[in-house]
Amino acid sequence: MNLTLRIWRQSGPGDKGRMVTYPVADISPDMSFLEMLDVLNERLTLAGEEPVAFDHDCREGICGACGMVINGNAHGPQRGTTACQLHMRHFTDGETIDIEPWRARAFPVVKDLVVDRNAFDRIIAAGGYVTAPTGSAPEAHATPVAKANADAAFEAAACIGCGACVAACPNGSGMLFTAAKVTQLGLLPQGQPERYTRVLGMVDAHDEAGFGGCTNAGECTAVCPKGIPLSTIGRLNRDYLRATAKRGDTPGT
Amino acid sequence: MDLWQEGDPIADTTAPDGPVETRWDRRRFAARLVNPANRRKLTVIVVGTGLAGGSAAATLGELGYRVKSYCYQDSPRRAHSIAAQGGINAAKNYRNDGDSVHRLFYDTVKGGDFRSRESNVHRLAQVSVEIIDQCVAQGVPFAREYGGLLDTRSFGGAQVQRTFYARGQTGQQLLLGAYQALERQIAAGTVEMNSRHEMLELVVVDGRARGIVVRDLVTGEISTEFADAVVLASGGYGNVFYLSTNAKGCNVTATWRAHRKGAYFANPCYTQIHPTCIPVSGGYQSKLTLMSESLRNDGRVWVPKAKGDDRAPRDIPENERDYYLERMYPAFGNLVPRDIASRAAKNVCDSGHGVGPTGLGVYLDFADAIGRLGRNAVEARYGNLFEMYERITGEDPYRVPMRIYPAVHYTMGGLWVDYDLQSTVPGLFVIGEANFSDHGANRLGASALMQGLADGYFVLPNTIADYLAAGPFAPVDANHPEAVAARADVEDRLARLLAVDGDRTVDSFHRELGQIMWEHCGMERTDAGLRKAIGEIRALREQFWQRVRVPGDGERLNQALEKAGRVADFFELAELMCVDALHREESCGGHFRAEHQTPDGEAQRDDERFAYVAAWEYTGSDRPAVLHRENLTFEYVHPSQRSYK
Ligand SMILES: Cc1cc2nc3c(=O)[nH]c(=O)nc-3n(C[C@H](O)[C@H](O)[C@H](O)COP(=O)(O)OP(=O)(O)OC[C@H]3O[C@@H](n4cnc5c(N)ncnc54)[C@H](O)[C@@H]3O)c2cc1C
Ligand code: FES
Repeated sequence: MNLTLRIWRQSGPGDKGRMVTYPVADISPDMSFLEMLDVLNERLTLAGEEPVAFDHDCREGICGACGMVINGNAHGPQRGTTACQLHMRHFTDGETIDIEPWRARAFPVVKDLVVDRNAFDRIIAAGGYVTAPTGSAPEAHATPVAKANADAAFEAAACIGCGACVAACPNGSGMLFTAAKVTQLGLLPQGQPERYTRVLGMVDAHDEAGFGGCTNAGECTAVCPKGIPLSTIGRLNRDYLRATAKRGDTPGT
Repeated sequence: MDLWQEGDPIADTTAPDGPVETRWDRRRFAARLVNPANRRKLTVIVVGTGLAGGSAAATLGELGYRVKSYCYQDSPRRAHSIAAQGGINAAKNYRNDGDSVHRLFYDTVKGGDFRSRESNVHRLAQVSVEIIDQCVAQGVPFAREYGGLLDTRSFGGAQVQRTFYARGQTGQQLLLGAYQALERQIAAGTVEMNSRHEMLELVVVDGRARGIVVRDLVTGEISTEFADAVVLASGGYGNVFYLSTNAKGCNVTATWRAHRKGAYFANPCYTQIHPTCIPVSGGYQSKLTLMSESLRNDGRVWVPKAKGDDRAPRDIPENERDYYLERMYPAFGNLVPRDIASRAAKNVCDSGHGVGPTGLGVYLDFADAIGRLGRNAVEARYGNLFEMYERITGEDPYRVPMRIYPAVHYTMGGLWVDYDLQSTVPGLFVIGEANFSDHGANRLGASALMQGLADGYFVLPNTIADYLAAGPFAPVDANHPEAVAARADVEDRLARLLAVDGDRTVDSFHRELGQIMWEHCGMERTDAGLRKAIGEIRALREQFWQRVRVPGDGERLNQALEKAGRVADFFELAELMCVDALHREESCGGHFRAEHQTPDGEAQRDDERFAYVAAWEYTGSDRPAVLHRENLTFEYVHPSQRSYK
């Protein structure tokens, strides 16, 4: 296939950036989207131009490194699929494809399609864990977990932290990411002792990092490559309400 | 010039002798301790945030050490461990099916084809039990049964069900557990996290590892960081083959730089070729995708009996199919260890029975399982893997059997370490896939996650104290001649890579190197092939330094420059791998020398001559490597010809 790519080029945080058009020829439908970009980059390199910078690592849809807006959709047209797992058979010969970075206040552009997502790490650091220092664990079977809860916790835990939810949200909110972790740990007995301090800490960190508020637009879950459900946000809200009510009570409960 | 030279034997002097069951207790008791007040004065650098590095940094932070952690990704959560699918072994014996610490120990020593250390493997089996407890306490959502207890499944090379899993995303869930523990320590101020930083050199002062030179991948800034000890948890080097199941960024740079500074590299030729990966589809291919070994629990592997039979698989009747693993290995069937399954696939394809457009593929068929268990049960077990397969190939594995072929997956070799996980450079510890320690010549499925977490949570935090008890060591700063020299080396190399300005891309060299390695140092190796490969690698390396083109400069994010540095190190490693494979005139585990096979085509070990770890010393880029042998003795598991029949 022959395609026309229009790609966001920005040399660094200080640069204004612009869309640049590149034709690419002889693309196989069996290539992945990133392999198609590899082909472009090899060609740019040999032509003495700078290749397009983009984050990627596993190329299996699990590390969450890749992420770009393809024709206006975070991770492109195929539902439940990261950019690295998207294959060119979903495009047609002669098509023009727009490729842009995540755009959100909390994710400043580093270069071209690469953005800074450290804000997600800060949300986790603010409570997205169970305090269980190494060596302190009881025998694993001491606490059975109902299968339904374990399965639901797993669904929420499947988040890969790619940031598509933020990119798709009209408010640039990171609430789906935050809620996924709150839900996972809140469904498990191990997560109960810190349930309410966790949600307060994480939501505060979320707001401080410059993410917008959630207005239930639902765009996040539509683009989420792992299908994290919107119901996680409902759960977060309930926990948050209870936590703020408790805030006056004894700390840490 | 000789390809290698003989050196003095080497020994592991830290493992206690006596009964294997109590060695770890006795070592911990003998090790010196660091009191909590002193830990605050000691700094430890940990390179890598995968299962090994993430768990180690978090645990060292909890203990009160000052930790500096590094990874090349934008977040520690993205380390390659995230991609592990199938599961993690532990000798819990929850199934009451005859498992025990001793059986896991036995299976691992045997699975490694008697090329690992009994002391280490026994400790691994003991610690495995604590890992599951630890991960459950962190909120890792393992698969559970209806009664609320943990579910397990079988993996290759074992007849018990000891593999714990979280659907097809076990590595992700375990890594997120470690990452969250790490973030907790970052918030507590005990761990300083440096993501998007790449270690490019080790700093050795007065014979001790005291620091690293790192490049900030965003600003290009080079800095020298110091500590009382350095831990490398930088993962495996399977990407020397270009195509592998590893993440694109996996590299050997951290360990290779340390090797050049005195750390011996052990068994570099032991590579694991995983039997169940999606076959190569074209020359543009950038990586290969693993289909978890857990699929062999329910999938049946077969090829058409007739050569070149190109009928659609469903049109080939039962009696015209060869379920060759079930035929050749009735006791283990489709669950033989990986090295055996891979070579069997290669053999049936080489003899003309392969399927798919390239003829390099075999079927992995779920029709029986779907018939027996129903589609829903199969979907619950493997749904995400089936989806991944369909996304990549455009074929629906519920209806058409998967096509699979072996691909490079894991490297058993790595930096040599003693029982304390310390390398030959004092103060340099190596954990996880980066070391060579526990898997011998072949790793069993679900054992890498176990080893990474054993090293990081439980082993290293104990053994490193024995070393640190002698610290804090005399302060070093950036003006120390060793630090200045290390930094100058890094700057010089980067400048050289940028200055070539030739006419070939980094990837074109990497692909060509990969082909040489796959051809001659892959599933089957021969004396002549390896010698040829060494010549080709040298010639290509020379070309690389004359013709590579790295666009841009070093002052900002430059992914081509990052790749170029990694490929330059792969060239040097590739040569050592071939030398190691050449010198080991026997077949064992993942190392199959065509000259050494039994009449029925199985690996023929030579315990008389080769029951040792080959630890290679670096003596200069154009000087022969020096071989130090660590003899292996077996007191508990007696070497036998591995049989899975
Ligand atoms: C697709 C796949 C599936 C697998 N499935 C299983 C399974 O089911 N069960 C099992 O037991 N094993 C499995 N494995 C193997 C297992 O995942 C790995 O062996 C293990 O996770 C390695 O962990 P690690 O911590 O040693 O290294 P990694 O997770 O590879 O981490 C390496 C770390 O080092 C950092 N790093 C590397 N180089 C540098 C540098 N120069 N400077 C700074 N940082 C650096 C990286 O950023 C990263 O943080 C699988 C492997 C693959 C490829
Ligand atoms: S590269 Fe890892 S999810 Fe896409």
